[in-house]
Amino acid sequence: MTKIELTRHPLLKSFLKSRYPQLAVFVLVLAGFVFAIVAGLIGTPVGSRNFSIVFVWIAWWAILILVAVPFFGRGWCAVCPIPLPGEWLQRGAVLDPPGKKPGWLNRRWPRIFRNIWLQNIAFLFLALFSSVLLTTPSLTGIVLAIMLLAATALSTVFERRAFCRYLCPVGGFIGIYAKIAPLELRIKDKDICARCKDKPCYHGSPAGYGCPWDVFPGGMTTNTYCGLCLECLRTCPYDNIAVNLRPFCRDLVKPSNRLDEAFKAFIMLGSALVYAGVLLGPWGMLKDAAYHVGTLAWFTYAAGFLAFIFIILPGLFFLCLMRAQNSLSMKQRFTSLSRALIPLGLMFWVAFSLSFVLTNASYTLATLSDPLGLGWNLFGTAGIPWQPVGTSILAPAQTLALVVGLIGSARTAQKAAYEAGVSTFPVIIYCLGLTVIMLWLLI
Amino acid sequence: MKRPEVFSRILVLAGLVLAAGVPLAFWAQTPMIHARMSEQGGWTPNVLRVEAGQPLHMSMTSDDVVHGFAVGLMEIEPVDIEPGKVTNITLTFARPGIYTFYCTRWCGRNHWRMRGTIEVSGPDSGTDSSVIPLYVTLGIDIDEPHVAPVVPGRLPSAVNGRELVLEMDLTQINDPEFYRQNSPYQAFEALNSVSLSDPEKWDVVSALWLSNTSPNALDRGKSLYARNCAACHGENGTGDGVFADDLATGANLAMQTMDGTAGMPLQRPANFTDPNQMLGASPAVLQGKLLRGGMGTGMPMWGSIFTEQQLWDLTAYLYSFQFDYDNKGD
Repeated sequence: MTKIELTRHPLLKSFLKSRYPQLAVFVLVLAGFVFAIVAGLIGTPVGSRNFSIVFVWIAWWAILILVAVPFFGRGWCAVCPIPLPGEWLQRGAVLDPPGKKPGWLNRRWPRIFRNIWLQNIAFLFLALFSSVLLTTPSLTGIVLAIMLLAATALSTVFERRAFCRYLCPVGGFIGIYAKIAPLELRIKDKDICARCKDKPCYHGSPAGYGCPWDVFPGGMTTNTYCGLCLECLRTCPYDNIAVNLRPFCRDLVKPSNRLDEAFKAFIMLGSALVYAGVLLGPWGMLKDAAYHVGTLAWFTYAAGFLAFIFIILPGLFFLCLMRAQNSLSMKQRFTSLSRALIPLGLMFWVAFSLSFVLTNASYTLATLSDPLGLGWNLFGTAGIPWQPVGTSILAPAQTLALVVGLIGSARTAQKAAYEAGVSTFPVIIYCLGLTVIMLWLLI
Repeated sequence: MKRPEVFSRILVLAGLVLAAGVPLAFWAQTPMIHARMSEQGGWTPNVLRVEAGQPLHMSMTSDDVVHGFAVGLMEIEPVDIEPGKVTNITLTFARPGIYTFYCTRWCGRNHWRMRGTIEVSGPDSGTDSSVIPLYVTLGIDIDEPHVAPVVPGRLPSAVNGRELVLEMDLTQINDPEFYRQNSPYQAFEALNSVSLSDPEKWDVVSALWLSNTSPNALDRGKSLYARNCAACHGENGTGDGVFADDLATGANLAMQTMDGTAGMPLQRPANFTDPNQMLGASPAVLQGKLLRGGMGTGMPMWGSIFTEQQLWDLTAYLYSFQFDYDNKGD
C-alpha cells in the first residue's frame, strides 16, 4: 500500500492551513483542561464523581490510547492546550505572525537533556504514584496545573515547546507509539528542501512560526518528534509539506540507535504489565502497597516496579540478543531490536485500557451532568448508575489486541533482527512470553 | 494589533475565565455538609445553627464511603449519604435546644464519633423538658461493678415462670418501679421466702422481666441493637462484634484517640450473655450506661440520640440475652 496524500484535497488542505479551526479546538480543550484542574481542586474528592478523574483518566485516556495514538499518532499533541499560554507569552501573540525579536530569554534547551530521558523519568514518577493519582481528584488537579505552569514557565526561558519536546510525561510515549500510526507529516521532495535557503519551516516566517518541536521537516523520517502542529504546512513557500495516510507501523522499518527511546519501550511495556497486575489483579496486598505512598510496602513496590522495568525486562531482552552474526555492538543490537516492542507495548496499553474504560465508561454520563459533585443535573444524566458496558466483547477484544500487537512485534523483529544479525526466534519468544503473561493478568 | 489577534486573545481569555470562574462561583454559592470517616474529620461543618420554626435546608455529600444521617431524639427516618452524590434534607425544629445529628451507617472503626450538633435558637419556652436519669435519682454509681454472686445453671424460662407466677402473690416485686430499680439477682433474692427451687425462682424472675416489657418494645429494642450496638457487642450479644478486636487492642488502635497513638487500653465490649454481669445489673444501671456512655471504654453516649422510650426498649432487649422469653425450660 502506498501513501495517500491527504493535503492534495484543496478543501482539507485549506482547513489544515487555517489557524482558526485549530484555535477553536485549542480554546475548547484549554477550557476543558482548566475546568479539570478546578474540578479536581474544589469538586468532590470522590474520584468516580469528579470531572477531573472521569474526564481525564477515563474519557481522555480512552480517546488517547484507543483512538488518537494508534490512528493519528501525535494527533493529541496537535490540539493539546498545555503549550498555548506559554506560546502566547513566548510569541507575544496568539495568531499574529512572529515578531522580529524573539520574546523572553529564548535559550536553547541544554544539550545534555536533548533526549527523552527526562520524559521517561517524568512518566515513571507519575507511574509510581498512579494508584493515588488516578483516584484522587485534588492530586490530578495539582498535577495538571503543574504541567500547565511548567510548560508556560519553560516557554519564557527556552525556545519553542521545550516542555512538550523534552519533559511531558505523556508526549514521550505518544512519540514512540506515533511510529505505528497510519498518518504522517512529511516533505514531498527532498531536493526542494535542500535548495530552500531560509528554511522558514524551522525558523519561521510571516506566514507562521518555526517548528515548535525543534524539528527540521526536511530531515524528518519518523513521527516521533513531529507534533502535527502544521506550522510547516503554513510556512513552506514551496508547498512541499504533505499530510499522508500510510500503512501502519511504517516508521518501525527504520532503525533507531537511541537508548532513551529503547528504554521508553521497556518502560511502557513494563508499566502496562505492572498496572494490569496492580489495578486489575486479585492481589490486595499489591494494591495496598501501590496505594499507600511513603510506606515501606510502597517503597518495596516502587523498587520492584523499577527493577522490573530497568533490570528484568531489558536483562531478559539482552539475553535474547547475545548471539550475533555481524559486528554490531550490543548497544546497537539492543536499541535496534527494542523497536520490535513498540507494537506490543501499544497493544498492551490498548488491552489494559479497554478493561477499565468499558467498566467505568458509564461514570462519564453521570459526571457530565454533575462534574463537581454539587448535586447538579445539567443534562438529566446525573442519576445514571454505574454500569459496565461491552463486557461480553471485552475478553475477545483484549485477546485480539494482544494478538495484533504480537504479530506487529514479530514482523518488526524479523526486519530488525536481520539488520542486526541476530536470530528473530528469541525475540519472538520474549514477546510471546510477555503476551501470555499479559493475557493471564487481563483475562 | 489586527482584529483577528484581538478576537483570538479575547477568545482564549474568555475560555480561561469561564472554565475557572463559573465552577468557582457556583461552588462558592453551594454550602455543603461533607461527611467523612471520623479519622478524616467526620462532619464538616459539625455545628449547624437555625431558628426554631425556620426550615433548615441541608445539602449533604459523602467524601469517602456511604454514611447515614439522622437527628437524635427526633422521629425522622435516617437517610443515606452516598459518595459524590448530594442528598438534600429540610428539617424544621419546633423547639429551641441542642440536637445531635449522627451517622447511621457503620462507616469505620470510629463510626460512633461521627456526630455533630444543631443549635436551634428561639424564645425560651420556660419549661425544662430534660429528664433526670433514673440512676442519678437513685444515686447509683454505674461505673461500679454490678456482679451477681449467684447465677442460674440454665437459661431461665419466662414461659415456666409465668405459670408459677399465677399461683403466687408477688405484689411487692411485680411492679414497674421494682423492675427498673433492681437487678434480676435482687429479684431472685426477694423470692427467698417462697418455696421454689432456684431454677424455678429464676424462671419467675424471667417472667417478671418479660411482663415489664412488650413484644413491640422488644422488637424495637432488637432493631436498635442491630443498627447501633451489634458492631461492637456482636449480633448475639457476646461482645465479639466486628469492631471488638479494635477496641481490645488498646493503645495501638484505641478508639480513645483519633490518631491511635496516645490512647489508653480499652475494655472489650460488654458481653451480654455473661450472667454474672447482666443479672447483677438493674435496668436503671443499663439504661444509665446507654444514656451516658462508658467511662474509659469505647461505649458512646446515646442519651442525646435515643429517646427515653428507646433507651428502655433497648434495656429490655438486653435482658433477652439472659432470659428465654419464648420456650418452656427443661
